[in-house]
Amino acid sequence: MKIKAFFATCHATIKKFFVNLWPNIKNLKTKRGFNSILASLFSIIIGILVGLILMLIIKPKDAFYGLSMMMSGGLSSVSNIFQVLYTTAPLMMTGLAVGFAFKTGLFNIGAAGQYTVGAFCAIFGAIILKMPWYVDILLAALGGAVWGAIPGIFKALRNVNEVITSIMFNWIGLFLVDLIIANTPKMLSTFYGGADQSRTVDPVAVNLSSKLPSLGMERLSPYMNVGIFIAIFLAIVMYIVLSKTTFGYELKACGYNKESSKYAGINAKRNIILSMSISGALAGIGGALTYLAGTSTMQVTKSISPIGFNGIPVALLGTSNPIGIIFSALFIAYIQIGGNAMQPEFATEVIDIVISVIIYLSAFSLVFKQLIDRYLLDRKHKKDARDLLNGPTANGTPPEPVEAEIVKEGAPK
Amino acid sequence: MPDYVIEMLNITKEFPGVIANDDITLKLKKNEIHALLGENGAGKSTLMSVLFGLYQPEKGTIKKNGEIVHIKNPNDANALGIGMVHQHFMLVDVFTVLENIILGVEPNKLGFLKKNEAREKVVALSKKYGLMVDPDAYVKDITVGMQQRVEILKMLYRENEILIFDEPTAVLTPQEIDELMNIMRNLAKEGKSILFITHKLNEIMAVADRVTVLRKGKYVATINVKDATKEKLSKMMVGRSVNFNIEKEPSNPKEVVLEARNLVIKSATSHKMAVNNVSFDVHRGEIVCIAGIDGNGQTELVYGVTGLEDIHSGSLILDGHDITHCTIRDRSKLGMSHIAEDRHKHGLILDYSLEENLVLQRYWQPEFQKNGFIKKGAVRAYAERLIKKFDIRSGQGSIAAVRSMSGGNQQKAIVAREIDKKHELLVAVQPTRGLDIGAIEYIHKQLIIERDKGYGVLLISLELDEVMDLPDRILVIYEGKIVGELDPKKTTFQELGLYMSGAKRDPKYDVQFTEGGAK
Repeated sequence: MKIKAFFATCHATIKKFFVNLWPNIKNLKTKRGFNSILASLFSIIIGILVGLILMLIIKPKDAFYGLSMMMSGGLSSVSNIFQVLYTTAPLMMTGLAVGFAFKTGLFNIGAAGQYTVGAFCAIFGAIILKMPWYVDILLAALGGAVWGAIPGIFKALRNVNEVITSIMFNWIGLFLVDLIIANTPKMLSTFYGGADQSRTVDPVAVNLSSKLPSLGMERLSPYMNVGIFIAIFLAIVMYIVLSKTTFGYELKACGYNKESSKYAGINAKRNIILSMSISGALAGIGGALTYLAGTSTMQVTKSISPIGFNGIPVALLGTSNPIGIIFSALFIAYIQIGGNAMQPEFATEVIDIVISVIIYLSAFSLVFKQLIDRYLLDRKHKKDARDLLNGPTANGTPPEPVEAEIVKEGAPK
Repeated sequence: MPDYVIEMLNITKEFPGVIANDDITLKLKKNEIHALLGENGAGKSTLMSVLFGLYQPEKGTIKKNGEIVHIKNPNDANALGIGMVHQHFMLVDVFTVLENIILGVEPNKLGFLKKNEAREKVVALSKKYGLMVDPDAYVKDITVGMQQRVEILKMLYRENEILIFDEPTAVLTPQEIDELMNIMRNLAKEGKSILFITHKLNEIMAVADRVTVLRKGKYVATINVKDATKEKLSKMMVGRSVNFNIEKEPSNPKEVVLEARNLVIKSATSHKMAVNNVSFDVHRGEIVCIAGIDGNGQTELVYGVTGLEDIHSGSLILDGHDITHCTIRDRSKLGMSHIAEDRHKHGLILDYSLEENLVLQRYWQPEFQKNGFIKKGAVRAYAERLIKKFDIRSGQGSIAAVRSMSGGNQQKAIVAREIDKKHELLVAVQPTRGLDIGAIEYIHKQLIIERDKGYGVLLISLELDEVMDLPDRILVIYEGKIVGELDPKKTTFQELGLYMSGAKRDPKYDVQFTEGGAK
């Protein structure tokens, strides 16, 4: 009973919180929207609880300390706050990429490849073409768009499942980029007198104009730049495209019901290709935002960037809503930075596992949404049943035949 | 011996948001044919599903021969001797009739089938009840009527005493319906008790002993059929008097609006030509009906005409424009409106709101968008106007989720959208499928208004009453070909049935149509 009461209080508190925060949330969003937020919060809480259990098993002594570090790490210092924002930007972009495709009924699991190709295009623009940051971002968008469009074209024209092709294109993209970088000495740091022997690429060191402007915020933290604002801006743009334009109307129609959109004369093939291109462009911009910040260098690796894949839970946690994705990207970046603060009590591998568990369960928000919907319905249902039981009809005898009444009502001609 | 073989007492079954059965009592006597009458959504199927163990009721008891029984699943129902013929047959196409009948209760010895024993039993049963089928024919090769007999034999083979028929006549020709009625009478005579779900009054009058009427989930009455009239039953079913006759003036056909010549359309599922060399005209100011048993190429013909599938060969001219290879959007712009057969698959986007669905064919027009941005105000105003004009009812008006609306109102929304859009030809495919009498009346009236306004109407229907009452001309399609043209005022159900089953064909349709040729 205590637990139930606790949940009831939680429920009430959360509800109050939101109602107070945005007094008109109920008018602004439908009840469905509210349930989505509630579901996302629930899945986060469950994810954190499971993460805690895991820590209790692995290292009981430090579990609660670890949890508190994880939960507070992101806010523990000014530098960490900015690091959260820096990590958020590309994550938000890949989240938007996946979410946007979801809305059209496509599962773009290739955000990672589009991210990588976008990143390459950005640094290619910066180092070889000596272009400023905004041109590099456009190049990244173009690269990502091409990489997204190809699975889209296969899907539209030949009905090849986009999941398969985009997974393949993750690897093709990764190794293609590796191949080009490794064989273009002018792109490697060592060419410019870099000290390290590993094959890294640092566009900002070569071309300062390619660094994302920090608008004077670098005094606060070297991690701070306009990236996060670009990402939020694009999220708002995507929100407007999806909810206010005919293009968004068509895309969502295709996503909800392909057959009806065909019936309505919507060119589904064109929309699939466009949707995948836009999705790819968003992921590509994410790549640019990572490597043009001046705080990390690109390396020739054999593994796909996790930022691309983390876009999937970001999108799911944000229920594919661009505005929701802003917050879910912030959350996932936050626990990642918080996880770093768990060292040295926990090994980085353990931290990765805990974070993965939390992200994994966070992605269950849709499941929780269904559970909440069912719970609410059930409650209403039970209430109706109670009303019925207490009502005058529950008297255990068969109802009076109403034939008499019908005859009385008026004779048929 | 108790009077009743099955008693369902005070059954209440709820689904979230709706009480499907509200305190319903149904008593089935031995050896009787008991009809269960009600409109769509009245709760007939739910009640039978409760009896068959598919649903558990919240309240109420079921008695068999006076003893309370608990039916938790269809196996329990079978064990109690309750069998059901579903509206959509549950047969394995690539099995023979015999294999289908014994499926699940195969007689065997150490795991080896004892087919001969089964065959003897099946042959004996089919003789006893007059259910003629070839036990070795493959189900995919036999007619729908025969498939139904297989379903009935399945129940008899399992020695079921109580037989439930769920809308059994929906897929049959008039001749097959007559035959089914005879079979049902035979079964009752041989000691079976039959529950017969339907919303067709003629069939009840013809075959049933007693009838229980449900309306909106509530019990209305149980009466003897010999004391009933069609008018009385329909009034009990709908709650008001119903006009059975469609009132319409004689048609006044003008120039041709749709001209189809030698259409050939491939089947999506097999390599056959689903529509094979079909030619016809639709004039302004007339309703032309393509009639036929389901699966004879109507669906493909509509897909070809409306652009959902490609036309393999032939030509299609709409209002003077060749639209044979036009896109759906272009056909729509040239004046084609389409009430689709399946409103959930094609007609609506269920996750969109009502207003978003009402502009589904028009959102791209300047009236509703500017520079690619949807004018929400204009959409809302337009939706409000249609909702008012066509009396579309929903929980929250124009922002209601279409998914939450009733079938009748969903269909009204589609009709409103397609009729209000600028058009020359209306293709209406089974426009009243699954609707209650009130909605059917309404939609028929709208189609006649369309006709009288001088638009062409191409109707495709499987409902025989609709085929006979609504159109000005009937074209019968059989195996992808037009086999006859009938005048609904002169023809009879029997004649129509002969054409539909391929037993009769007009010799003039055996010669090939040529461009602008014979008519």
